[in-house]
Amino acid sequence: MADTTRILVLDRRDFVLGSGAAALVAALLGAGRAADAAAANERSPEFEAALANLIKGATPKEGGIDMDLPEAVENGAYVPVGLSVESPMTPQNHVNAIHLLSTLNPHADVATFRFTPLSGKARVTSRMRLAKTQEVVAVAALSDGTFLMSMRYVDVKIGGCGI
Amino acid sequence: MALKKPPRIKVPQSMSAGEIVEIKTLATHIMETGNRKDAAGNRIPRDIIHTFTATFAGAPVFSAALGPGISANPYIAFFLKVPGPGTLELIWLDDEGDRTVKKVPLNVV
Repeated sequence: MADTTRILVLDRRDFVLGSGAAALVAALLGAGRAADAAAANERSPEFEAALANLIKGATPKEGGIDMDLPEAVENGAYVPVGLSVESPMTPQNHVNAIHLLSTLNPHADVATFRFTPLSGKARVTSRMRLAKTQEVVAVAALSDGTFLMSMRYVDVKIGGCGI
Repeated sequence: MALKKPPRIKVPQSMSAGEIVEIKTLATHIMETGNRKDAAGNRIPRDIIHTFTATFAGAPVFSAALGPGISANPYIAFFLKVPGPGTLELIWLDDEGDRTVKKVPLNVV
């Protein structure tokens, strides 16, 4: 009877050993992810050129664009993407455009979405191709001439065919 | 390549003036990137929808310049602040010069 109880209740020693092993596994997984992230920080010369062409020497403000993208996808051919910027969308104060850029696709310029006060909301949903694991960058051009820039890392298992 | 079939468009069944509504569109198009090769090793020429525009009574609402990084059968959903009764005009343009126009009357109540 006493033996049965022992199986059910984890004693302190087992618990300490178990959590130590779990921490080790977590650390190994963490190292793997860090290596992936470092690889994803690569940016193609095409991306740098496309970004420079958009902002023309201005310094974009970091953040401010809500990027709705999955953290990881099986198939890079169809990656759902939602982009939005909070804005009153009045003639005086609105978002002119949101540019969607890829850092490692053969073509850095994925799309440019242009808005007007008639849009009511600076929000768009589409689907994009990703050739490999990379950062996706969005740049918003505001009516006052300033820019916002946000980025999201997407882990791609199988690249979008023939991008 | 022209659209294989008419684009699918979804708008709310009814709306009121001043309301912000979502317009969902789906065009059937190969969106050939221009980077792929056929079995003989020849490059398949690029053929994508490069421009999509939405206007209301001639006034621009939304537009998109698309590159090869947009998936085949491009889905685009955007918003319209309904100015009043009228018709939304949607246009898709592709690399082969095909121009698809859809007029969507809005039921403003």
